[in-house]
Amino acid sequence: MSARLSRPIVALLALAMMTAILALDLASTGAPDLFTAPPAFALGSGAAPTGAHCTGS
Amino acid sequence: MFLRRASVLLVALGFTLFAFVMAGPRAGLLVMVGLGFGLVLEGLRFGFAGPWRMIVTDRDGRGLLAQLIAIALVAVVAFPLLAANAGELAPAHAPVGIGMILGAFVFGAMMQLVMGCGSGTLVNAGSGNLVGLIALAGFIGGSFAGSLHLGWWTALGSLPVYSLQGFFGANLGLIVTLAGLALVAGLTLARAAPGKRMPPRRLWIAAALIAALALANLVIAGQPWGIVYGLGLWGAKIAQAGGMDLGATAFWAAEGNATRLTESILTDVTSLTNIGLLIGAFAVMRWRADPGAQTQALTLASYGAVLAAGLILGYSARMAFGCNVGAFFSGISTGSLHGWVWLLAAFAGSSFGIRLRPVLLRPASVKGAYA
Repeated sequence: MSARLSRPIVALLALAMMTAILALDLASTGAPDLFTAPPAFALGSGAAPTGAHCTGS
Repeated sequence: MFLRRASVLLVALGFTLFAFVMAGPRAGLLVMVGLGFGLVLEGLRFGFAGPWRMIVTDRDGRGLLAQLIAIALVAVVAFPLLAANAGELAPAHAPVGIGMILGAFVFGAMMQLVMGCGSGTLVNAGSGNLVGLIALAGFIGGSFAGSLHLGWWTALGSLPVYSLQGFFGANLGLIVTLAGLALVAGLTLARAAPGKRMPPRRLWIAAALIAALALANLVIAGQPWGIVYGLGLWGAKIAQAGGMDLGATAFWAAEGNATRLTESILTDVTSLTNIGLLIGAFAVMRWRADPGAQTQALTLASYGAVLAAGLILGYSARMAFGCNVGAFFSGISTGSLHGWVWLLAAFAGSSFGIRLRPVLLRPASVKGAYA
């Protein structure tokens, strides 16, 4: 049992879980619209930040 | 060895390129910032939960001092940056309240139980720690559940959002922040045993790199580094896929959150750095010749306790308006009063959690091991 759940295996499971969530999400929302993608840097963009943060309600 | 390391680079660069192509340059850059966090946290063993335990149990203040140095470095740049670019950059400010304080206390206790905080849980899972993976699954569910009840917790009693900039202005607010950090550092030095005070070179480098990455996060995303929102959003996405109508909930019906639900997580800045962080920790573990031993085998009931602790960890982080990263690190470094209150409550909880761990988590006998 312990050989099967070595660190590399558990890490791959973590990556698989994250990839599955990403795939599930992309399947329901579709790919983002690149034409509305924000500029690379918020600083200097002239746009107000629109991202959500842990401190928000 | 070569093939393994090549595959590590392929995974890291592949995800970065994927985000860049799918969601634009900001998404690609934020995955890179997250990768940097993962590489530094795992590669240089810079953590949050461990040092909070070490100062209590071993009178070792080196890790905690490194955290304070990193926060101070960010604050020195972030305060003037936020003041000069208020229209483009947002701080991590949140209200102090009863639910927030309770949440921070519980979070502190749980992070000692699973040996990982918000970032630590991602790092642990990415580097192949079984307890970390189970806790991460719980954290995702818990932070989503917490979002459903956040309004109730906030209604128990909450102050307006106060910041040190609001009290003193940006310049004096920064000085008060640095003085506060110096006070905590002084208390840490007083508590630490001789020989366990000065951080080693590794932690100085890590603190500087973490600060640089946190500032890069602020400049690119327009907001400070966070963890919890992204994990709660992942939980919300899973619930939505399962048929749950989140439009009927106050939190997810709010304008910004509703947008996050209808758009890909590749457009959510916190999710992008979380993805990068997980991959960065994975990369460090796979890069090493020896990935290291798995965590000590526990009884099945103890793994159940870890899952429950992960759930509570995520739930309490949502109650507390952030974890060690969003509330403590980013909150204090951008002037939030709630960051300081979070520190006091979470440290008290952490000290309690240290005592709780040996009671709830029991090593398995060899015959009944699950690891």
